[in-house]
Amino acid sequence: MPAYQVFNRTTGDSFTCNGDQSVLKAMELVGKKCVPVGCRGGGCGFCKIRVVEGDFECGKMSKAHVPPEALAQGEVLACRIYPQADLTIECVPQPVDAIVEQATRAKQTTTRPMR
Amino acid sequence: MKKGVMRPGHVQIRVLDMKEAVEHYTDLVGLIETDRDDQGRVYLKAWTEVDKFSVVLRETDQPGCDFMGFKVLDEDTLVSLTQGLKDFGLEVEEIPAEELKGCGRRVRFTVASGHAFELYADKEYTGKWGVTEVNPEAWPRGLSGMKATRFDHALFYGPNLPEVLDVFTNVLGFHLAEQVMDPDGNRIAQFLTASMKEHDIAFIHSDEPGQLHHTSYYLETWDDVLRAADLISMTDTSIDIGPTRHGLTHGKTIYFFDPSGNRCEVFCGGDYTYPDHKPVTWTADELGKAIFYHDRVLNERFLTVLT
Repeated sequence: MPAYQVFNRTTGDSFTCNGDQSVLKAMELVGKKCVPVGCRGGGCGFCKIRVVEGDFECGKMSKAHVPPEALAQGEVLACRIYPQADLTIECVPQPVDAIVEQATRAKQTTTRPMR
Repeated sequence: MKKGVMRPGHVQIRVLDMKEAVEHYTDLVGLIETDRDDQGRVYLKAWTEVDKFSVVLRETDQPGCDFMGFKVLDEDTLVSLTQGLKDFGLEVEEIPAEELKGCGRRVRFTVASGHAFELYADKEYTGKWGVTEVNPEAWPRGLSGMKATRFDHALFYGPNLPEVLDVFTNVLGFHLAEQVMDPDGNRIAQFLTASMKEHDIAFIHSDEPGQLHHTSYYLETWDDVLRAADLISMTDTSIDIGPTRHGLTHGKTIYFFDPSGNRCEVFCGGDYTYPDHKPVTWTADELGKAIFYHDRVLNERFLTVLT
């Protein structure tokens, strides 16, 4: 099963996710907490993210949390998407300024040399 | 039972995928499939329950709970309680017999928290599953998974708790077994019963109406709760929290999610109550301990993840 990189541009976290694994499950398995974990079943909407870039397959999700117009804008539940390419995601809802600021700050953190 | 409501009788749960849901509630929780209908709904019961079904699954695109039903003593009780609901000012909808297969006519009403409830007097009596009516053995062989013994209660989140309390106590004859009070004297949680059980139904305040927190199924022992936890791991089922103990009700419990994200509980033990008992009160500043007696801290997911 091919493995893909998932990059959360809101928090700067990245992790590996297999094509048969949900993004949320892959995140949990490596101990990251950059997306909130709720029911893990597409029902509660807790793990809503926006996919900014990359293809994915999508399982069934509650229409209450992901109506068609939201899905059209890339809003999905992380527990129900399976990457078919490297993904860039962001947390929702997030004001644009906060995304930029956090991504910048995160980038500085991740590029700081380890001692 | 003060006004003839006997017990929780059924709950209809919305699921995203019927096949996955049936596997969850039968293979894992241990309910037994008893029927299906032409709407595609699947009927389930736990083995100690005497009527045909207690859990109904309906496939749709939004998980949650359609309604919960209570069985009342008889037709006369149903008539008088219906009048009581109307006098209270609630709209009452008549659901004809056999709309749910094997169930008599139902009276449906929606309370101020946004949740739909039903009363009914008759349901096909099929007896306990797998044991005889005369000289019954202790338990039936052939049960699956957690071997849940009954659908026990549900917890709902919604607004207008005082009005909901008024309907359940003054119209339906429940009594308040446990409560959580905030510093301003508002009741933010109310556990209500028509029996000796610490809750047949519970409500926690939230601004958003009509939300399901969990449906709950009864097990006999703490060892059964531990074994349920083992099964949750063996099947890689989404776990919420547990095994642990509640402060409220003092039940021993574990929470997990069905494949559509509806929270389930299996639990054992818990306190008992009689109508002359004063409500057990927890204060909001001890809410962490009230909910999870060992952790003693608030758990955001438990408080906010709902369907």
